[in-house]
Amino acid sequence: MLRRLHSEQPDSFAFTPANQAWAEAQITKYPEGRQASAVIPLLWRAQEQEGWVSKPAIEAIADMLGMAYIRVLEVASFYFMFQLQPTGSVAHVQICGTTSCMICGAEDLIAVCQEKIAEKPHTLSADGKFTWEEVECLGACTNAPMAQIGKDYYEDLTAEGFAKLLDDLAAGQLVAPGPQNGRYAAEPKSGLTSLTEFDSGKTQYNASAQLAMDVKDGIKRIQGDEVPLLTPWIGKDGTVAGRAAEGQPPKAPEAPLPAARQAEAVKTAPSKKSDAAEPSSPEGAAAKATEESEPELLKEARGGLADDLKMLKGVGPKLEAKLNELGFYHFDQIADWTEEEIAWVDSRLQFRGRIARDGWVEQAKRLQVGDETEFAKRAKESHIYDDDE
Amino acid sequence: MLKDQDRIFTNLYGMHDRTLAGAKARGHWDGTAGIIEKGRDWIVQTMKDSGLRGRGGAGFPTGLKWSFMPKESDGRPAYLVVNADESEPGTCKDREIMRHDPHTLIEGCLIASFAMNAHTCYIYLRGEYIREREALQAAIDEAYDQGLLGKNAAGSGWDFDIFLHHGAGAYICGEETALIESLEGKKGMPRMKPPFPAGAGLYGCPTTVNNVESIAVVPTILRRGADWFAGFGRQNNAGTKLFAISGHVNNPCVVEEAMSISFEELIEKHCGGIRGGWDNLLAVIPGGSSVPCVRGENMRDALMDFDYLRGELGSGLGTAAVIVMDKQTDIIKAIWRLSKFYKHESCGQCTPCREGTGWMMRVMDRLVKGEAELEEIDMLWDVTKQVEGHTICALGDAAAWPIQGLIKNFREEIEDRIKAQKAGRIGAMAAE
Repeated sequence: MLRRLHSEQPDSFAFTPANQAWAEAQITKYPEGRQASAVIPLLWRAQEQEGWVSKPAIEAIADMLGMAYIRVLEVASFYFMFQLQPTGSVAHVQICGTTSCMICGAEDLIAVCQEKIAEKPHTLSADGKFTWEEVECLGACTNAPMAQIGKDYYEDLTAEGFAKLLDDLAAGQLVAPGPQNGRYAAEPKSGLTSLTEFDSGKTQYNASAQLAMDVKDGIKRIQGDEVPLLTPWIGKDGTVAGRAAEGQPPKAPEAPLPAARQAEAVKTAPSKKSDAAEPSSPEGAAAKATEESEPELLKEARGGLADDLKMLKGVGPKLEAKLNELGFYHFDQIADWTEEEIAWVDSRLQFRGRIARDGWVEQAKRLQVGDETEFAKRAKESHIYDDDE
Repeated sequence: MLKDQDRIFTNLYGMHDRTLAGAKARGHWDGTAGIIEKGRDWIVQTMKDSGLRGRGGAGFPTGLKWSFMPKESDGRPAYLVVNADESEPGTCKDREIMRHDPHTLIEGCLIASFAMNAHTCYIYLRGEYIREREALQAAIDEAYDQGLLGKNAAGSGWDFDIFLHHGAGAYICGEETALIESLEGKKGMPRMKPPFPAGAGLYGCPTTVNNVESIAVVPTILRRGADWFAGFGRQNNAGTKLFAISGHVNNPCVVEEAMSISFEELIEKHCGGIRGGWDNLLAVIPGGSSVPCVRGENMRDALMDFDYLRGELGSGLGTAAVIVMDKQTDIIKAIWRLSKFYKHESCGQCTPCREGTGWMMRVMDRLVKGEAELEEIDMLWDVTKQVEGHTICALGDAAAWPIQGLIKNFREEIEDRIKAQKAGRIGAMAAE
């Protein structure tokens, strides 16, 4: 399935104040400089709040975590739980369709969705209340077939029971999640075959269903104030004990600014650009880290026989012509360049750093005495420049 | 049958008191500081002696894995990462631990982290387990409240934090290096190894990734002794194990049993038998979707452990997620659904897997309908061999094995369907 941003996007996104506080608390789980780790939890909370993940939400979260937009978009499109298009106002229904559920009747549940919601997945129902999709194994296989609706698992379903469940939810009724066939959790339906000791009286629901019935937030758009915000890992002294006891992990690699912001930075600082364009002006040259000095130049090749400068790795026909124009025809000229002279050539070729990167001087030193470099050998054997000549 | 006193997960179904007080009453968090006092080497050695093999599917010895962590820190922190991204089709055992018996896991995290010199543990849950996350977080909050976590955790002198983290629906994040990538806030694409996580894992620091069940059994093993744990199961397949039985049994369930229990005993004791009786058993996938299926008649006497299922039946114990299929099942379609799963979940990084999973699914599509030539069965076999072993992680292998199992065990079924389809086509043409 293609996963890309929806064609219609809202103008803006903001976390509710309570969700914002929750999000900031999540970031404290990770070491300093590693806040990008929080990207999945934050995107998820944005989806819980809005029902889906929009472009403004992606950008807002990227800004919050100091990440490039594309990195967050990558995450949002890689993980299938993120809905990149609007979902039903009441709920998005996810039917587990993988083998265990399939052989226990998941296809019947999908038929119910097609009939009651929409023929195709990810499509709003006529009343806008529901969307549905078939998802891969949800990890409740002994309670197959099952569906996830909002936060909750509805397990041990039948087609009739499931159809009624959708009707009840549409009518705004709270339906207790968990097994729908009288089971408690994942025990054998006919009765316990183990763990009959240690009895201390069971609560009405298993742990998952109990939470749903206590907080009643199963299909609600989460505002962040449903449950109190707890951050027990931050001790009374304001430090995270485990982290204080250990060293710092190595720094994360520097992330480049997004292209749009790099462009902005260049626009707001035009003086830098003019410096680079006019290296011969005395002020500009003085500002450079390396002083430039003019190397020895020739008017033409000695004896009219120029060396084939294309044998230098990194020099093609265009650069060779440019070098000739400047006054370089022989390997020995290049082999003698000093650092200042390299800087002088560099700024005229406008290929910053290339001379050093490709090691022209070292190559030229070998070629000048008749040695072959690996590149020159290859270039000759495969005649890569023959077309140009 | 395993006695209740020998079960590690005493509140698997959540019917008993789920609070910290309840967990303590059942014997958890008993003398944790004393265990830690015995030191790192003792803990690692006891784990090695217990014979515990990782419960996440691969079955690598847990104690040995821990011993790969650097003994002395070079300034970098060390991390324990618990793999709770349970998403292998058929597997639903860790869910029960996390929502109903969470303190086994939390105590295990503390002890295991101490044993590998880690002050910080991240638990990576699959995104869909939202209530399980809330239940586990509530248990962690309670443990902090009682001083069992945080500064001087449980009075052991070790400062220790547990953070819950979650994914968002990517099966591949169950692979340890993909999980680490995901935890760093990136797409879950597996890393090349080496470097192994024990050298450079999370944030470039020494990291051990363990399955939930592997960590949750640690405190009980250390309390009751390596010999007690090693006493269950055959040699090299020690311990008790959570089995998750789904599909066509009368009472599907998750249950803790001794390793090397026979398949028949497991099904009869806990699952009320096969739907329609033993003669109605067609096939079993004994270890989650990634292992090849086994014909029903070979399964009845099988011993449920790593070595038997692998050595005798060419399958595997995997996560001990047993999918049972009776004779009303369309076995070709059941395996096709797994092919669809792997196609959906391939991360797309390695070409053989990205292209191969789609290719295999499309051929399976036609085999389900019988719209294929007989030679294509061998061609499909060849393609699975081209994918297997040619990818960074094991997802390519996992996609290949179910199909290989199908062809090995049910070839005549596939051939019959193709022939029937052909005969139908010819018959229809003749009638015209």
